[in-house]
Amino acid sequence: MRTEKLDTIAIEMRNVHKAFGERKILKGMNIKVKKGETMVIVGPSGTGKSVSLKHLTGLLDPDEGECFIFDESISFCDEKKKKKLRSKLGVLFQSGALINWLTVYENVALPLREHKIADGEELDQIVMEKLKWLDLVPAKDTLPGNISGGMKKRVGLARALTSRPEIVMYDEPTSGLDPVMSNVINDLVIRMQKELGLTSIVVTHDMSSAYRIADRISFLYEGQVLFCGTSDDLQKSADPVIQQFIHGRTEGPMILDHSELKVSKSR
Amino acid sequence: MKTFYRENISPALYAVGFTVILLFRAFSQTHHVFFKRREILEQMFIAGIGSLFVVSIVSIFTGMIMGLNTGLGLRDFGAEGQIGLLLTITLTREMSPFMTSLILAASVGSAMAAEIGTMKVSEEIDALEVMSIDPVRYLVMPRVFGFSVMVPILCIYSSALGILGGAIVGHFQLGIDMMSYFQDVFYRISSIPGLKDLYTGIFKGYVFGLIIATVSCSQGLRTTGGAIGVGQTTRQAVVTSFLMVIFFGYVITAIFYK
Repeated sequence: MRTEKLDTIAIEMRNVHKAFGERKILKGMNIKVKKGETMVIVGPSGTGKSVSLKHLTGLLDPDEGECFIFDESISFCDEKKKKKLRSKLGVLFQSGALINWLTVYENVALPLREHKIADGEELDQIVMEKLKWLDLVPAKDTLPGNISGGMKKRVGLARALTSRPEIVMYDEPTSGLDPVMSNVINDLVIRMQKELGLTSIVVTHDMSSAYRIADRISFLYEGQVLFCGTSDDLQKSADPVIQQFIHGRTEGPMILDHSELKVSKSR
Repeated sequence: MKTFYRENISPALYAVGFTVILLFRAFSQTHHVFFKRREILEQMFIAGIGSLFVVSIVSIFTGMIMGLNTGLGLRDFGAEGQIGLLLTITLTREMSPFMTSLILAASVGSAMAAEIGTMKVSEEIDALEVMSIDPVRYLVMPRVFGFSVMVPILCIYSSALGILGGAIVGHFQLGIDMMSYFQDVFYRISSIPGLKDLYTGIFKGYVFGLIIATVSCSQGLRTTGGAIGVGQTTRQAVVTSFLMVIFFGYVITAIFYK
């Protein structure tokens, strides 16, 4: 059963290239995430992690290559097909991306209301279930402007889960959070994989989170996947760029944020 | 030349195309009006009740200023009693739609562009798209519909207050009989040319409402670059709305009064 589950590829990026003007962000990005797996994408700022997520959600189309959700291409397709594929996705944005004039409850209910999936008692039941699951019931009538960053992320997660997705994508889920709240979010990611069997793709800079939640880690550098493997393999990697990044050293071969600055040992 | 085209002409053409398509897309979503009634009423409240105080003050004083100036000018010919007629024509046909639209573009239109621009840079628009919620249906259509209904109503309200302002000045400063002033006003409004002035003004209000809402939403949806981008968006939304209102104001007058 587990073998069959893991054999299915839920998410795939195949030789994806993307440039904004003169600046090339992705230079042949390849990634495969199996069903039920948690894949964490790490890498320095500006190497295309968030851009990769935008390709996988169909918000951007690649200049070359294609992205697949359960073997169906989400690149260059019409709105109808995108809508169908997006119904399998839930996305937690870095800031939560909550609608500011709607309360926590209304934000979570938004996809159900807009798609007329549920109404009245049924809608209330689904929304309250998600709010309870994420411990948000006391804040249900609060506006997003009056809640903490950690709570915003949990509301974003509750909203992402209301449409019962098969895949959840997280963009920097722990950025800007204290260590305790970061672990609350990490535990939620693990819980969702275990209890709901969700496939997850997590973009982060936070190595301790990555080690905690990842089944596999992809290290993205200069628009390409430099490494893909388990947390242990990543830590044992002999690649100097990887070693510099995971240990947070300022000196090494890594090119910082696409700037002209090259921090090298010789300096 | 190539650089000039790439940096100036091409983005301007893109902006025009984007805005026109956005307007058509908003029209194509009007079958959701009943479903979006709450949002539409909210937008009507923001445009109408939210700017009622400013519109009231500006309208009364415009009527007073126009009444005084034309009254003093006409007094030389002993025709100051005609200001009721003149104010009714000018306000209903031209000034009220123009004033109301400029006030709304500067106050509500700028806020609309900033709000949608902030949503764009904080990934809220992306979030809507990922949830397969069409931002045009969710954000643009209620604003465009709400504005296109509310601006004509505000135009009528503004005309009425302007005429009242003219009456106050006419009576207290120019010594015109209030009864004869309002008789002139009602005579003009109930005549065929007066009705034409009225529906031209209402039509202008409708078009200006569409322009302000569509331009503001279009600018907001094209925002890039964080807080600076939102600032630029707001400024451009107001400037573009002003220019479009003036341009289409002339075009509509030219069409209706050939």
